[in-house]
Amino acid sequence: MRMLIIEDDPDTASYIKKGVEEAGHSADHASQGKDGLLLASTEQYDVLIIDRMLPEMDGLTIVKTIRASENTTPVLILSALGEVDDRVHGLEAGADDYLVKPFAFSELMARLEALRRRKEVEAPVTRLHVDDLELDLLSREVKRGGQLIDLQPREFRLLEYLMRHHGQVVTRTMLLEKVWDYHFDPQTNIIDVHISRLRGKIDKGFDKPLLHTVRGSGYVLRV
Amino acid sequence: MEDLKRLLSSSTFRLTLVYMALFMVSVVVLLVFIYWSTAASIERQADETIEAEIRGLAERYDSDGLSGLSAQIGERLRRQQPGDASIYLLANSRFSPLVGNLSGWPSRKADDSGWIDFRLGDDSSGKVHMARARVFRVRGNFHLLVGRNMSELAKTRQTITHALIWGSLIMFGLALLGSVMMNRSVTGRIDTINRASKEIMSGNLARRIPSRGSGDEFDQLSENLNHMLDQIELLMDGVRRVSDNIAHDLRTPLSRLRQRLETAREGNGNEESRMDLLDLALQEADGMLKTFNALLRIARIESETLQSTFTKVELAGLLRDVVELYEPVAEQKSQTIEVAGETLVWISGDRDLLFQAVANLFDNAIKYSPASSAIRAELGTTRLELCDSGPGIDEAEHDKVFQRFYRTDASRSTSGSGLGLSLVKAVAALHKIDIELTNMEPGLCVTLVFDKLMITKPGRQNN
Repeated sequence: MRMLIIEDDPDTASYIKKGVEEAGHSADHASQGKDGLLLASTEQYDVLIIDRMLPEMDGLTIVKTIRASENTTPVLILSALGEVDDRVHGLEAGADDYLVKPFAFSELMARLEALRRRKEVEAPVTRLHVDDLELDLLSREVKRGGQLIDLQPREFRLLEYLMRHHGQVVTRTMLLEKVWDYHFDPQTNIIDVHISRLRGKIDKGFDKPLLHTVRGSGYVLRV
Repeated sequence: MEDLKRLLSSSTFRLTLVYMALFMVSVVVLLVFIYWSTAASIERQADETIEAEIRGLAERYDSDGLSGLSAQIGERLRRQQPGDASIYLLANSRFSPLVGNLSGWPSRKADDSGWIDFRLGDDSSGKVHMARARVFRVRGNFHLLVGRNMSELAKTRQTITHALIWGSLIMFGLALLGSVMMNRSVTGRIDTINRASKEIMSGNLARRIPSRGSGDEFDQLSENLNHMLDQIELLMDGVRRVSDNIAHDLRTPLSRLRQRLETAREGNGNEESRMDLLDLALQEADGMLKTFNALLRIARIESETLQSTFTKVELAGLLRDVVELYEPVAEQKSQTIEVAGETLVWISGDRDLLFQAVANLFDNAIKYSPASSAIRAELGTTRLELCDSGPGIDEAEHDKVFQRFYRTDASRSTSGSGLGLSLVKAVAALHKIDIELTNMEPGLCVTLVFDKLMITKPGRQNN
């Protein structure tokens, strides 16, 4: 995955660059809004990471400009402004995701992966498969090894999200935002309870567990 | 010199002086009036006496002629006591005196009605007196003058003038003295306030302004200032407590973090246990980040006034979502969550923040209720009530639990940041929601009472 980081703070920029390179991706860095815009419109990237507060040209302007030129590269906005208002402005400008500073690197990485995947999984699907686990979006049935599994509606959505992003780490915050559709900070790890219930239904009694906990980051559904 | 300068610059002193000056002017006006009216009355009296004497003399002249007149004058002069002011003079056609106690005919001319004011040389003391008289021409070309020595009037005038001058001087002296004394008493009180203020400014926040207990304006001022200081001290305490708490609450995870990193660096044991330690360290750091984020969030919500992100939010659906999210957690403790009440309540608000607030309340309810108990939520048209079976909160602590980092004794042993209810309070304030706490013994009911103005008509379904 090739990324462009537009970020004026050298520490944050090198922290992200180092992290994504260690994860096997490549990244370019621009510390100025104008340089970043130039790179974003001339080079081909898989995802753009743009800081919201930049000198001269701010992040939202960059997003609006590249969207106006029909560039659909996924954009993740980084910002120290975390209120819903700011988030809405960011997304309205054409960004695909929004991450508030300070953030854990694992959270950023998980979101970047999700953005790339989303681009790939644009085609409408009616059936999702992970190993012997299958989920039918039309009949809303879940089977593992041909055995019907009874899920609550929310568990179904949770599993659907995990299956759409199989092999990829999803964080608790991502799950709250995408499955429950609320931006909020739970005081306790309620997501863990939901995951363990889901795990009890799809993994219990089967030899091979599919739903794994990634320590310090979140969860992943993989063979 | 310094004292004099201070005195002159004092507003009380100046005010008193202005007041005294006004008073003095009015007294002078009064005295001048008395002076004029007294003088006029003495003059009138003199004129009346002269007229009466003239009438008596005229009667005598009518009956006895000129000789009778001069005999009468002679007799009157004989009977005259020393100090009597009457003056008589009968003169011939060339104004040579014939009978009378005046040495010569006055040189001044009389006015049209025969009145004349002239100087009277007093031989014994050398003083000059004024006299007033009326002159007549008597048949046979004689001239008659009847008058009075007016020295009495002069004396009265002098007395009044003296009284005026002395009175003014004494009054001025008294005014000055009064100003100084009044000034001293007022500035004394103000100095007390100033001294206390300076002490407070220099850091002694516990200092208060003394009052005399007389309940006058200065006491009222002191009391108000003291109330203000109490309020400031309370707020300062609050700020201090928050920063103390931040320091205290973060010291524990920081030292744990440090300890874990240290142990990991020492490198005893295998790679796996090292990773475990690093994971734990990461968890600590994440926890601290979370605390800071929560603090910032509360501060941001508290400073928010615009409600620019407000949309129409359906509370029954939101409540269902929260319950659905928390039900598995409750089930772990074999607790049940009952939901009752309205099915459609629309209010204007921020969906995510309202969810956060209700979620925090459920989080607390589950945390503090014992296992196998019930949690009951009821949504009314203007209120949302959430009752648990926990230990409740002491009446005295009802306000404090909303303070940042405040933990009740009962909650100290459980996990938590002490920020949950602060966030609820901030969200509630933004939405004009009143929070009521009621102890049910057992259990606590938290009631969110919505402002009527925030309740709205159905809008776009967004839950």
